Amino acid sequence: MPFVTENYDVCIVGAGHAGCEAALACARLGLNTIIFTVSIESIAMMPCNPNIGGSSKGHLVREIDALGGQMGINIDKTFIQSKMLNVSKGPAVHSLRAQADKEEYSRSMRRTLEAEDKLTIRQAEVTEIIIEDGVAKGVKTFSGASYYSKAVVLCTGTYLKARCLYGDVVNKTGPNGLKPANYLSASLQEHGVEILRFKTGTPARIDKRSIDFSKMEEQFGDKRVVPFSFTTNPEEVQINQISCWLTYTNENTHEVIRRNLDRSPLYSGVIEGTGPRYCPSIEDKVVRFADKERHQVFIEPEGLYTNEMYVGGMSSSLPEDVQYEMYRTVPGLEHAKIVRNAYAIEYDCINPRQLKPSLEFKEIEGLFSGGQFNGSSGYEEAAAQGLVAGINAVMYIKGEEPLILDRSEAYIGVLIDDLVTKENHEPYRMMTSRAEYRLLLRQDNADLRLSRKGYEIGLINQERYDWIVEKEGLIEKEVDRVLHVNIGANEKVQAFLKEHGSTPLKTGTTLAELIRRPELCYEDLAELDTERPILPYDVKEQVEIHIKYDGYIKRQMKQVEQFRKLEKKRLPEHFDYDKVPSLRIEARQKLKLYQPHSVGQASRIAGVSPADISVLLIYLEQMKNFI
Amino acid sequence: MKTSTIAAIATAMSNSGIGIVRISGGEAFEIIDRIYKSKDGKKKLSQVKSHTVHYGFIFDGDQVIDEVLVIILKGPHSYTAEDTVEINCHGGILVTQRVLETVLKHGARVAEPGEFTKRAFLNGRIDLSQAESVMDVIHATNDLALKTSIHQLQGVIRDRIRGIRERVLHEIAFIESALDDPEHISLQGYGEELLIIVEEVYKELEGLIKSSENGELLREGIHTVIVGKPNAGKSSLLNLLVGRERAIVTEIPGTTRDVIEEQIQLGGIPLCVIDTAGIRETSDVVEKIGVDKAKEYLYNADLIIYVVDSTRPLDENDDEIMEMLGGRKVIVLWNKSDLEPVVRLKDLEDRLRTIGEAYKIIPVSAKEGTGMVELEATIGQMFFHGDILYNNEVIITNVRQKYALLEAAKSLGMVKESILAGMPEDFYSIDLMNAYEELGSIIGEAVGEDLVNEIFSKFCMGK
Repeated sequence: MPFVTENYDVCIVGAGHAGCEAALACARLGLNTIIFTVSIESIAMMPCNPNIGGSSKGHLVREIDALGGQMGINIDKTFIQSKMLNVSKGPAVHSLRAQADKEEYSRSMRRTLEAEDKLTIRQAEVTEIIIEDGVAKGVKTFSGASYYSKAVVLCTGTYLKARCLYGDVVNKTGPNGLKPANYLSASLQEHGVEILRFKTGTPARIDKRSIDFSKMEEQFGDKRVVPFSFTTNPEEVQINQISCWLTYTNENTHEVIRRNLDRSPLYSGVIEGTGPRYCPSIEDKVVRFADKERHQVFIEPEGLYTNEMYVGGMSSSLPEDVQYEMYRTVPGLEHAKIVRNAYAIEYDCINPRQLKPSLEFKEIEGLFSGGQFNGSSGYEEAAAQGLVAGINAVMYIKGEEPLILDRSEAYIGVLIDDLVTKENHEPYRMMTSRAEYRLLLRQDNADLRLSRKGYEIGLINQERYDWIVEKEGLIEKEVDRVLHVNIGANEKVQAFLKEHGSTPLKTGTTLAELIRRPELCYEDLAELDTERPILPYDVKEQVEIHIKYDGYIKRQMKQVEQFRKLEKKRLPEHFDYDKVPSLRIEARQKLKLYQPHSVGQASRIAGVSPADISVLLIYLEQMKNFI
Repeated sequence: MKTSTIAAIATAMSNSGIGIVRISGGEAFEIIDRIYKSKDGKKKLSQVKSHTVHYGFIFDGDQVIDEVLVIILKGPHSYTAEDTVEINCHGGILVTQRVLETVLKHGARVAEPGEFTKRAFLNGRIDLSQAESVMDVIHATNDLALKTSIHQLQGVIRDRIRGIRERVLHEIAFIESALDDPEHISLQGYGEELLIIVEEVYKELEGLIKSSENGELLREGIHTVIVGKPNAGKSSLLNLLVGRERAIVTEIPGTTRDVIEEQIQLGGIPLCVIDTAGIRETSDVVEKIGVDKAKEYLYNADLIIYVVDSTRPLDENDDEIMEMLGGRKVIVLWNKSDLEPVVRLKDLEDRLRTIGEAYKIIPVSAKEGTGMVELEATIGQMFFHGDILYNNEVIITNVRQKYALLEAAKSLGMVKESILAGMPEDFYSIDLMNAYEELGSIIGEAVGEDLVNEIFSKFCMGK
């Protein structure tokens, strides 16, 4: 019987946030790319919360943008409310978060994919990866068709052997009732891939017309919206925004939950997967934080043209009747009508330890993966990995060095390093506390940190690159000037200081010293700074941060210097650790298992001690001398 | 700020009065300039020729620490192939330790176990064939250091450090969860709260630093065993040294059934004193264990204090003890000097000479407290002249621990500064984390996933 056979450069499996970034990167870099999805309507679907960004996730989106990815541009086109979080805190933890019009977000991404010349979109369930002699050669679909390619990128999200649960109801579907992918796990396992089972969940969606908003606090967006993408004209995002709403659970809610705990599949043992601790279901919160009298509930619109409202903070897998009873105890939700039930979802993913930092499988050449399939959670984490996996599929085909960002360069680097190096027992979520050099990895300087790489890869155009180079020059020049502008202790200066609640000067000082005072800022000091050049906002922002946090930044840069020394020491692939004398047994086993790509990565593996690292360094040095 | 310039005591300090502190790395000369003064105060060691020796003094601020000879070795013509300074100290072990501390204070960090050798190798100074033994050395020294550092810490102090760490971690986790989930957790007014906590913790650390200066951090000191036949006055002596009723002292021979261990300071020297049951053949099982232990301790001791009961004739018990004293460092106490002696001092001397050593004999009365000054002076002399073997690693570990405590305190100081300067909250956690890491290094605990676990277990996060 004849089957369809086609040839491409790259096959992308899955068209969620990871798959879209991977496919766009491959196609934009000139490769013939095909992307598979179980449903064309679900391209870039947001099956859980209706927002992009948030603490540390906003950083990821900025970085994706700086490398030439699509997520930032897409949310800028489709957001309905936006906020910069943590503005009262330091610049390193400022983070953007925008509410999306889900439908519009998905549609806009689909249009972007469809507009890409080298990209083919195909609705089909991939059931098998074609692997010959440890090299990925393409995929097969449910119909029996074969698609041969030079590389394959897996971005299957939560679809592998997915089941959705609430109460005693078990639906063998992917998110939102979509078709699951039931065969691919087995194909991977045949090739020795270790599969884990993870779990996550989502709250109910409630009909807007059944909500009494007068009992809730209105949550507005920022007056002045900052776009995610460095390419978006800030004037274009000053739109009329839609509000979110805040309400709270109470003792009644908690009583309903406690009374019905035995009917939750989580507690009855039906759920096997490991769920995330940072994103607990409401029943989890009530059990684990029993002394908390109330929990916040955010009511968020799912889009402009739908009545569905997302009930943030109350994800659950309790039975349908309990869901009604529980939601209706919350002020404003007394008459709530549920449009979609809350549910928990279980799915297969891989142990990401099997991946190199390039996101290629260590044991299967040409096979890459990104997103929830790698054991992460969140749209932004997925997109970031998808982008890197896509770029590296291209680098692999072209025979060039892969893009590997280290922990001092980007949150993306922290994300991937954590995934491939640490024991991962739950869906991984990005957090600012995971980034040890976060003062350097700010969302405001993502372009300065990464656009050069994006340009070298070919995803950032000449014009954008030229601007980065110019911007760097402007910042440097202005920082230098500010450090050398003298401010005398004259009357005008003293009056200015008094007016701003700052102590008067005893002797003259520099402008930089004044900027360092917490109560003063670069912008305010324009008055005293007569020769100040006219500079764009983002340049002034960098100058201010450079001057104000100089001491802290320099300390982190010193730490980074130390850190990079070990990162630069690469370990050969399939390195034989049995040949290294004096390694402790535990370290030897772990190193064999993880096959780290650098001594730095090796040093972060649990069970490898500093002494083992010393031993490794000496052995490597010895090898070098032999060659 | 940690730099890549390292320092350590390079000599085994047991066998001579001279201790060498070695500094290696890019800043070695800058550091020595900061702390060295020649006699005329004009010489700058960064300016002198390589492979020259210079007489002078090590200063910590205005305070002279020691009179020294300093050797200047410019890289690559040194052991590590880096700029190297070797300070020959003459003031004995404790002074050598203070010189090392001064070096650390002025910009070096304590060398890791085997680090000089490691650098020598990495800089191509050591032959390839030596590489494997270098690796072994690193592991061996590291294991020893780890063992020493953890074992030396007294349980109480370990618990205190753990307690401090937990408090610090809790605060970091609170800040971090608020940063990650600003809509659920507020930091309103938190700075003032944290300031109080940081000040408390800071004080506690200062206390620990003080005790590290007194050597109280260490479980080990010079292993000293008090030995003597039953009822010779060992326990009374121990009580006198310790300054409180620790061992039960009665008239019945064999009351001190088990081995009693005490850490004491005698003239600034840490002693680990073990009081034993009398050495004698016994059928009592419990006592038998004590006696066996006593023999074992005696065998491992750095210093033996042999208590002779001057009011009773020497017997087979004493014979047995004296048999074990050959070739050891011993101080003999002629106890109960307040009473009429049966054993004459001269006879004891002669008797001891038959073992072949001229042991120092000091008349004491444990009951009256006389003779203690002389005992102290004698131990001090033996110690500083290197007569007593002393575990090198102990001092190094002590320095390392103290250094970590100082670093932790410094980090907390920075948190305080950040709060007072009105910096945003996320800056606090950076220095708090440093303090947490430093404290962990003392008790041998790495950071790992501590923070993330604390955040999730203590604070209710989002969605």
